[in-house]
Amino acid sequence: MKKELIQLIDISKSFDGQMVLDELNLHIHENEFVTLLGPSGCGKTTTLRILGGFTGPDKGRVVFDGQDITQIPPNKRQLNTVFQKYALFTHMTIAENIAFGLKIRKKSKSYIDDKIRYALKLVNLDGYENRMPDSLSGGQQQRIAIARAIVNEPKVLLLDEPLGALDLKLRQEMQYELIRMKNELGITFVYVTHDQEEALTMSDTIVVMNQGYIQQIGSPESIYNEPENAFVADFIGESNIIPATMIEDKLVSILGTRFACVDTGFGNNCPVDVVIRPEDVILVEPSEGIIQGIVSHLIFKGVHYEMEVQACGFEWLVHSTTLFPVGKEVGIRVDPFNIQIMNKPESEDEEAVIIDI
Amino acid sequence: MTSKNKWLSTPYIVWSVVFIIVPLGMILYYGLTDATGAFTLDNITAIASAGHAKALRVSLFLSLVSTLVCFLLAYPLAMILARMQTKRHNFIILIFILPMWMNFLLRTLAWQTLLEKNGVINHVLTFLHLPTLKIINTPAAIVLGMVYNFLPFMVLPLYNSLAKIDVNVINAARDLGANHFYTFIRIILPLSVPGIISGITMVFIPALTTFVISALLGGGKLLLIGDVIEQEFTRTSNWHLGSGLSMVLMIFIVINMILSAIFDKDGEGSML
Amino acid sequence: MKTVAKRIYIALIILFLYAPIGILMVLSFNESKTRAKWGGFTFKWYIALFQNEEILRALFNTLLIAFTSSLIATVIGTVACISMTGMKRRAKSILMGITNIPMLNADIVTGISLMLLYISLGIRFGMGTILLSHITFNIPYVILSVMPRMRQINISTYEAALDLGSSPIHAFFKVVFPDLLPGILSGFLMAFTMSLDDFIITHFTKGVGVDTLSTKIYTEIKKGIKPEMYALSSLIFVTVLTLLVLINLSPTDKKKAE
Repeated sequence: MKKELIQLIDISKSFDGQMVLDELNLHIHENEFVTLLGPSGCGKTTTLRILGGFTGPDKGRVVFDGQDITQIPPNKRQLNTVFQKYALFTHMTIAENIAFGLKIRKKSKSYIDDKIRYALKLVNLDGYENRMPDSLSGGQQQRIAIARAIVNEPKVLLLDEPLGALDLKLRQEMQYELIRMKNELGITFVYVTHDQEEALTMSDTIVVMNQGYIQQIGSPESIYNEPENAFVADFIGESNIIPATMIEDKLVSILGTRFACVDTGFGNNCPVDVVIRPEDVILVEPSEGIIQGIVSHLIFKGVHYEMEVQACGFEWLVHSTTLFPVGKEVGIRVDPFNIQIMNKPESEDEEAVIIDI
Repeated sequence: MTSKNKWLSTPYIVWSVVFIIVPLGMILYYGLTDATGAFTLDNITAIASAGHAKALRVSLFLSLVSTLVCFLLAYPLAMILARMQTKRHNFIILIFILPMWMNFLLRTLAWQTLLEKNGVINHVLTFLHLPTLKIINTPAAIVLGMVYNFLPFMVLPLYNSLAKIDVNVINAARDLGANHFYTFIRIILPLSVPGIISGITMVFIPALTTFVISALLGGGKLLLIGDVIEQEFTRTSNWHLGSGLSMVLMIFIVINMILSAIFDKDGEGSML
Repeated sequence: MKTVAKRIYIALIILFLYAPIGILMVLSFNESKTRAKWGGFTFKWYIALFQNEEILRALFNTLLIAFTSSLIATVIGTVACISMTGMKRRAKSILMGITNIPMLNADIVTGISLMLLYISLGIRFGMGTILLSHITFNIPYVILSVMPRMRQINISTYEAALDLGSSPIHAFFKVVFPDLLPGILSGFLMAFTMSLDDFIITHFTKGVGVDTLSTKIYTEIKKGIKPEMYALSSLIFVTVLTLLVLINLSPTDKKKAE
C-alpha cells in the first residue's frame, strides 16, 4: 500500500444551518486518482474546497503529509486547483497566466520560460504563449487552467468538474489526456464529478457521496459490480434493484422465487435488496428460465437491445444482443455470482459507510 | 429583430442628431465667432486671462481631490458590497440612488446646517469635548459637497465591475500562492479597471463643471469655471465667451470619453 | 472582528449619505423659520404647503416633466435597442458612442448647447423646451438598462414563436417583451429619478415664469428657503421610501407571481 498523503478527519460543515458534510472521513494516497462522485448537493465540491482551503470545516481536521493544515490559507498549501469554469485571468496572456504562481515563488526568468514551454507541450498547446484566454475555445482554456496549476509542481491536483462545460467528444479526449498527465507527472489527483462514466473511466478509487455522507469507497470495478446499497447501485449505471429475502447463506428469495447466490452472512430470513445489472439478466426460452415473463418494451441501442420484461409483478430491465419481440413469452435466468445482495438502508437518509481504502 | 426592422432606429438617430450632435455644433459655432459672426479664437484664448485661468486651476484641483476622495471611500465599500449576497444587488443600487429623490440643492443646503459654526456636527463635537470643525465656506466644504453628491456615481460602477469578478478567479490566485495583497494588486484591481475609469469619469466631469455646490458651501468666495460659464450665459449674456470657455471644458470631457472607450469597451463599468 | 469593521464602514457611508436628508426632515417640523435655530415642533409647514400655489405648481411641473419625459425616453430608447440588434457592428458602436455623450458630457455643456439650439430654432422657452431636454438626457439611461437584457435574449425563443404561427409583432410582445420588461422598468425609474433631480439642464432650458422644484429652490436660496419646501421634499422622500420598502419586503410574492 502506498503512503497516505491526505487525511480528512471527522469533517463537518453546514451552510445556513443546513448540514452539507457530516463527520466525513477520507484518506487519500500518493499518486492516486481519487474521484468524488455524487449528485449535486452531495457535498463533493465542499469537500474539495475544504481541501483547497477556500472554506474551513466547522469541525474536524485536514492533515496533509503528516501536518495539520486545517488553518493554513490556500496560498500556503502544496495543492493546486483546476476550477469548474477554468477561472483564467482574462487580463493576462496565456504565458502570464501560467507564470503567475512561479513568479510568486520568485523563480528565475529562464526557469519560468522553460516551465511555460514544458507545460504548454504537456497540454498540447505549444506556441499559445501570447494569446489571450478569451481567444481560446473551452477545451483549450481548460487545458491552460491545468497547465497553470501543474507548473507549480503541487503534490496534489484538485479538479472541480473540469470537463463539465465541454462537449462529449472533447470530454472523452480530455479524459485520456488527464490519465496520461497523471501518469507522466506522478502526482495525486482529486477529481470531482457527477458523471459516473467519467468516474469509472479515469479513477483508481471512487468515493460515492450522497447528502453529506460517503456511501461507498472502492475501485471502479468493485463500485460497479458490488454496490453496497441501493443508492450506489442506482447512481452507478443502470440496474434492477429488487426487494428480496435472504433465506439462508447462498440462497435468496426474489419475488417469491428462490435464486442461488454467492453471498453469506446476512442471517436467515433477512429482508435485503438485490441488484442485478441489466446485462446480467439472461433471456431464454420460457421452459429454460427460473421465472417467466413477457417482453413489454424493446429499443435498439446499437451495441445491444434494451428490453423490459414483465415478470412476477416486476419490470426487469434487460440488455441483450439477442432480440426478443414485444409480446413474446420468455424465461429469465441469472448466474449466482451476478446477484449482488445489499443490506436495506436503516433510514431514509442512508447511513454513512466509513471504510478505509 | 431582423435587419428589415432597421427603420426602427430612425426616430432615435434623428433625435440624437437634432438634440446631441447639432447642439454641440452650436457651441462650436458660438465659441469660434464673435458678436458680428466673424471667426475668432479670442473666446478660447480668454481662458488664459488671469481670472479664468485661476477659476480653471481651482476647479481642476478641487475636482481632482474630490475624485480621489470618492475613489478612496468607494473602493473598499464596493469590495465589501460586491462580496455580499448577489440577490441583494438591486437593494444595494437602491440605497445609493434613493437620496436623489430628495432634491439635490436641498441636500447640499442641508450640509450648511450640518457644518455651520453652530451647526449640528459642532454641537455633537462640543458635547463629546472634541475640537470643533471650521470648514463651512472653505474649499474643504466644496470638496465635501462634491464628494457627497457624486459618491454614488463612483460606488455603482465600481460595485458593478467588482461584482462581475468570478470568486473562483480570486480563489485561483490564492491557490497559486498569492497572498491577499498580491491578489488585490494583480487580479482584483486590473479586473476592475472598467469600473474605475467609468467611476472617475462620472465624478470628475460633474465636479469639474459644477456651479452650484461652490455657491452653496464655498460661501461664494471661490469662483469655479462652471460659475464663470454660467454667469456668461445668464447674467452677462456673452454666449460667445461662454461657448468658448465650454469648449475648453470639452477638452477634458473628450479625454475622458476616449479613456472610457479604450478601457471600458463593453460597457462593463456601467452604472446600472 | 473583520465583519464588524465592514459593517461599521458601510454604516458610516450610509450615515454620510442620509444625514442631510435627516436634517431636512427635522427642519420640516421646525417652528422657527430659519435653519439655524430649533423653535419647537410643528406641523404647520405641511399645512401651509398645500396652500402655497407656487410650490404646488412647481411640483406639478416637475412630476409632469419627469413622467412624460421618462415615458417618451423609454419608448424611444427601447425601440432603439431593438433596432440596434439588427445593425452592423460598426453602425451600432457609433450609435452607442453617441448615446454615451449626454451621460459623459457635463450637464452645463449639455444645458447651454440645448439652450443655443432652441434659440437658433426660435423655439419659445417653457415646458416644451424642458421636456425635450429631459427626454434627451433620459434616453441613455433607458438604453443602458435595456441593452444588457437585449443581449441576453435568446433569438430562438422568438423564432420558435414565429414557427408556432404567431405574427412577428405578436411574437415580440409575447416572447421578447416580457424578458425586456425588467430592464425597461428600471430604465424608466432611473430616467424618472434623474429627471426629478435635475437642476442644471433645466436651469438653462426653462423659460421665464416656468419653474420646476429645482429651479424654484435655486431662486429661493438667496432670500431663504421656505420651510414648506422641506415639508414637500420630506413627503416625496418618505413616499418613495415606503413604496420601495413595500416592494422589497415581498420578494417571495414576487417570485410566485413570476
